[in-house]
Amino acid sequence: MSNEKVLEVRNLSKVYGKGCPKCFESTGPEHNTNICPHCGSVVAAHNISFDLYKGEILGIMGESGSGKSTSVKNLFFDENPTSGQAIFFDEGKQYDLFNLNAQQKRHLRNHRFGMVYQNPVLGLNFNVSAGGNIAERLLMSNISNYSEIRERAIELLRRTEVLTERMDEMPKNFSGGMQQRVQIAKALATNPPLLFLDEVTTGLDLSVQAAILDLIMEIQRESDTAMIAVTHDLGVIRLLAGRTIVMKYGRIIETGLTDQILEDPQDAYTQRLVASAL
Amino acid sequence: MSSEVKTTETQFRQASAEYNFGFLDEYAKKEVRRSVLKAIAIPGYQVPYSSREMPMGRGFGTGGLQLTLSLIGKQDTLKVIDQGSDDSVNAVNLRSFIEMTCPGIDTTTKVSEANLIQSRHRIPEQPLREDQVIVLQVPYPDALVVVEPSEDKRKIMHGEADYSRLLVKLYEDIVKFNEITIAHRYPTRINGHYVLDPSPIPRWDVPKMNDSKALILFGAGREKKIYAVPPYTLAEPLEFDDVPFRVENFNDENGQRRVCHRCGCDHSFLDEFVDARSGEKLYQCSDSDYCDEQLKLKNGGER
Repeated sequence: MSNEKVLEVRNLSKVYGKGCPKCFESTGPEHNTNICPHCGSVVAAHNISFDLYKGEILGIMGESGSGKSTSVKNLFFDENPTSGQAIFFDEGKQYDLFNLNAQQKRHLRNHRFGMVYQNPVLGLNFNVSAGGNIAERLLMSNISNYSEIRERAIELLRRTEVLTERMDEMPKNFSGGMQQRVQIAKALATNPPLLFLDEVTTGLDLSVQAAILDLIMEIQRESDTAMIAVTHDLGVIRLLAGRTIVMKYGRIIETGLTDQILEDPQDAYTQRLVASAL
Repeated sequence: MSSEVKTTETQFRQASAEYNFGFLDEYAKKEVRRSVLKAIAIPGYQVPYSSREMPMGRGFGTGGLQLTLSLIGKQDTLKVIDQGSDDSVNAVNLRSFIEMTCPGIDTTTKVSEANLIQSRHRIPEQPLREDQVIVLQVPYPDALVVVEPSEDKRKIMHGEADYSRLLVKLYEDIVKFNEITIAHRYPTRINGHYVLDPSPIPRWDVPKMNDSKALILFGAGREKKIYAVPPYTLAEPLEFDDVPFRVENFNDENGQRRVCHRCGCDHSFLDEFVDARSGEKLYQCSDSDYCDEQLKLKNGGER
């Protein structure tokens, strides 16, 4: 991990529904809900702030509906935040993520960010082959040489341990773990400095999970990619993340080094979570 | 029976005389002309226009016809082509309709004599001149329609010149068949930005659009779009650096270039057909005017 900052998020909030002035004060862990009793809006995330550095994996942990995926979706422009600021630092430039126009957003999404979804259907184009999926990302970056695209695709698939003999098959013929690996290869095609992992191992069996996690760590070591890993799985957090954020009802309730959080949790909710898992 | 037909035809001719010159009203023509100007100003960009109802079904060349009727004047000489031929159904009917509604114009079958050419699915073999305009009939104007069903999204992709998904299609073709298998409607990039669908012309005709001396106009009546390749404009078929675009080669199994059985021409686009009597496969120039010219040359000036 270096001191080079990749992402700075400040006070990110996302409310689903019309919202009212009492939304924030009447929701959160202390009220045991994220639904505003006054207007019925859902406060999916509120006051989320964190920094991310080059080569770091930041874990976001929490139960279903705690706002961890919402935070990541806002940063990847899948959704628009209600308020807050996020600065992305890239090659000497700064991008104020929530104040970009649609074209700039698409540029960052296609060239500078990588996203691996829990469901490969969201990340892969099932109408083209595994190799074609990777070619699509490469062609966006104006590589116009067929052999070069082919070589890069083979290289990426080899790196993510997909059998290269099967690269011309449709992803629907692949197993879940294999689809996930193709998705990771696709996300890595443009060498993005920032990678979002949204529950990448959920729904896979244990040995495949281990292989995918090994792969992610290897990628982090090799290319110093900054990653945000969203998961509800403590094992994944323990293995991957250097620092972790624990979320509940749309709020950050605890943040710190992963070891510290798992060995000496301060918040009652985190203590219960860790105790129940171990 | 025959007198009945005659009466109907006479009645129709009388009725058509009451139409405006060029069938369309002047406002409709003006709108088409303005769209044409915009299309020329932004090469390859699909300009929407309010395609009028024509007295024939959409898909029979109503887009091309509206362009022709808006551009034609009494001093003009028109040629209408249907897949290279002046005598096929589509060409004959469009020509007679235009003759009927534009009294005073000349029609011809010779490319060299025409200054306005409406064509379905071919560009003439004979290079066009600066004083000529060719109008192509277009069924599907958007090359991206094969990869993206939403027109909203296609517009954004065109605006940002994002044709990666179209190129993935070419990539998949090469993976499967070792070459790009698109036979017609070959996606072509105009002036370094917009990729257009050049209507179902064969690959053979695509290079003719590059740096063309004549203005090339495209009209899609059903899809309500007009676009253009202005004269002396770059038109590059999509390709990879190491898998270049190529035209049809017409070689037989021995690698010999097939020739037209009528005129002996060995450098034109050939149609294949089976002789009903002998059952033999024959090849003939698709462009009938060009075939006549070549025959004339072969016979020393006489047909």
